[in-house]
Amino acid sequence: MTEPNPIESYLRMDRMPHIWCPGCGIGTSVNCFIRALQETRLPLDKVSIVSGIGCTGRVAGYLNLDSFHTTHGRAIPFATGLKLANQDLKVVVFSGDGDLVSIGGNHLIHAAQRNMDITVFCVNNFNYAMTGGQYGPTTPISATASTAPYGSFQMPFNVPKLAESAGAVYVARWTTYHVRQLKKSMVDALNKKGFSFVEIISPCPTLYGRKNKLRDGLTAMQWYKKHSVMKQHPSTAEIDLGLRTYILVGKFVDIERPTFLDGMNARYEQVRNSNKRG
Amino acid sequence: MKADPAGVLTGTHFLRGNDACCEGAIAAGCRFVAGYPITPSTGIIERISKRFPYTKGEFIQMEDELASSIAIQGAVWGGARAMTVTSGPGFSLMMEHIGLAVMSETPCVFVNVQRGGPSTGLPTLPGQADMMQARWGSHGDYEVIALCPDSPQECFDLVIRAFNLAEKYRVPVMFMMDECIAHMSEKVVIPEAGEIEIEPRRYTDLPPGEYQMYQPDDDLVCPMVKAGDGYRFHVTGLTHDQRGYPVISPECQEELIPRLIDKIIKNEPDIRMIHQDIPEDAEIVVVSYGITSRIVPMAIQMASEKGIKVGSLRPVVVWPFPEQVIRELADRVKAFVVVEMNCGQIYYEVERCVAGKAGVYLAPHAGGTVHKPEQILNKILEAAK
Repeated sequence: MTEPNPIESYLRMDRMPHIWCPGCGIGTSVNCFIRALQETRLPLDKVSIVSGIGCTGRVAGYLNLDSFHTTHGRAIPFATGLKLANQDLKVVVFSGDGDLVSIGGNHLIHAAQRNMDITVFCVNNFNYAMTGGQYGPTTPISATASTAPYGSFQMPFNVPKLAESAGAVYVARWTTYHVRQLKKSMVDALNKKGFSFVEIISPCPTLYGRKNKLRDGLTAMQWYKKHSVMKQHPSTAEIDLGLRTYILVGKFVDIERPTFLDGMNARYEQVRNSNKRG
Repeated sequence: MKADPAGVLTGTHFLRGNDACCEGAIAAGCRFVAGYPITPSTGIIERISKRFPYTKGEFIQMEDELASSIAIQGAVWGGARAMTVTSGPGFSLMMEHIGLAVMSETPCVFVNVQRGGPSTGLPTLPGQADMMQARWGSHGDYEVIALCPDSPQECFDLVIRAFNLAEKYRVPVMFMMDECIAHMSEKVVIPEAGEIEIEPRRYTDLPPGEYQMYQPDDDLVCPMVKAGDGYRFHVTGLTHDQRGYPVISPECQEELIPRLIDKIIKNEPDIRMIHQDIPEDAEIVVVSYGITSRIVPMAIQMASEKGIKVGSLRPVVVWPFPEQVIRELADRVKAFVVVEMNCGQIYYEVERCVAGKAGVYLAPHAGGTVHKPEQILNKILEAAK
């Protein structure tokens, strides 16, 4: 009999096989997340995972944690309510770029700005994959998608820059080729107090890849390996992604500022201790 | 279970409906409110934000109504009793999350202080035109519960009932106020905490491993869990089996959706709440709800002076609709007059239940102010011909 995979106990094995395509990077992202969880030694009964809708939206359903598969774009506000009502929980949002940056973009920037005490992992595969490969908020200019058959001409979001601008206290980007670095960043993000954010550049061989000459997982991995760049003190201002540009990876932000919970708990306590009655 | 005295402002007060709703929610054990300012509901979140530090509640003003209406659901799964508060356009934005609460069986309260619509409509003036939206606004087939208070006192009393029904049936409850009662001040008596009955959340007795997320009890309602207690459960808006796992099949849909509907419809007699005053020899029954029912007694008085025997029926719980009550009345009265501050919504429900056995007349009003008693009287006279 073969040894069980060491991450099996973190998964709902009764739900396997999963829906993701061969070569998709979401499974790798989940693998890194589980290994990060192992390393943090967080009590798993106190970890909740919240997803929106889309391919990455299915992550919550496969993890053997308290898990919430919510509505399109709204994982972050759901996570916000969950964390506020039960401050002992470690609340993690795991969702895709379309979900978090387009339909959920307003929630992303507001949660970052509040420094809400949650961790967000954003799998960026440059398109809406669940619905068949339409262009999205991250699709590079001139990349082809089912609704951009002549190539996208819309400026994409630089997602880490958006998160930093809005106020995230931890921001990093890795590709699914960088499993060790990604796991390390996930550990850092999980241990970070406040709003932490990791973008995970991920292959979508079936849709984005097929239309943009990254036809299988291996080709995408080789592309990431060859074109990813690390540098000292990288800035999110210089990490825009084009169709065939290099991918600047690394940790961009790691700062401290008071979190929403710090502010709320302190202010409420102060009010309770004053003489003024509500 | 009795109310927590920490949140109950026992005594006799002079309160606006919005303030009474806030106090009722706190008395009901609500300790999480997410909202976004919108007229005429804003007074509720203003008072909540002032009161919550003292009652160990948490208020957050979210970036929009989409966020508010799902933040409360996160809070519920974290263990809190929660509500969101809105009006008109905000209610429209919340529709998707009413569906999520139905599908995931998340007990929560949506307060809608109705104003004139559609669109931006009459922000500062009343309407009752969101009744069908409360019933059908989210996509898909489902049942919810909706209550219509007609006074600040009822804003207090009935929002407690709204929370209790939400917990008992694990369903989102619509609390359908309107601008009039929100902004009018009346005497509100808040009883001792020990006199306020609170429906506890229906947590499972089973340990992790034996518990099934969506295995219903005999009344079709499933016991619940919350995050952090070791159950490692899954909640999804997808069609799901008893384990809570997504199953995209007609068979699973057929098992789930009729149960979600039946748990409300089959329990309608328990959920039902009606105020009625119908003499044995009544020829006409006036059906009204919310603020509109405050005008009806004067019209009935005027009709009785003309020798017409008129009764009144007020569904306090409008959804699920008290079909049986209307059907039985239809056998013994000549006609119904439905008075509502819209161009005909509950009118069609009454007509459906009456099924041709009596006349059904509508006294409509496009909104912005309440009916004049004469408008109602004229319709009674027409119905009595």
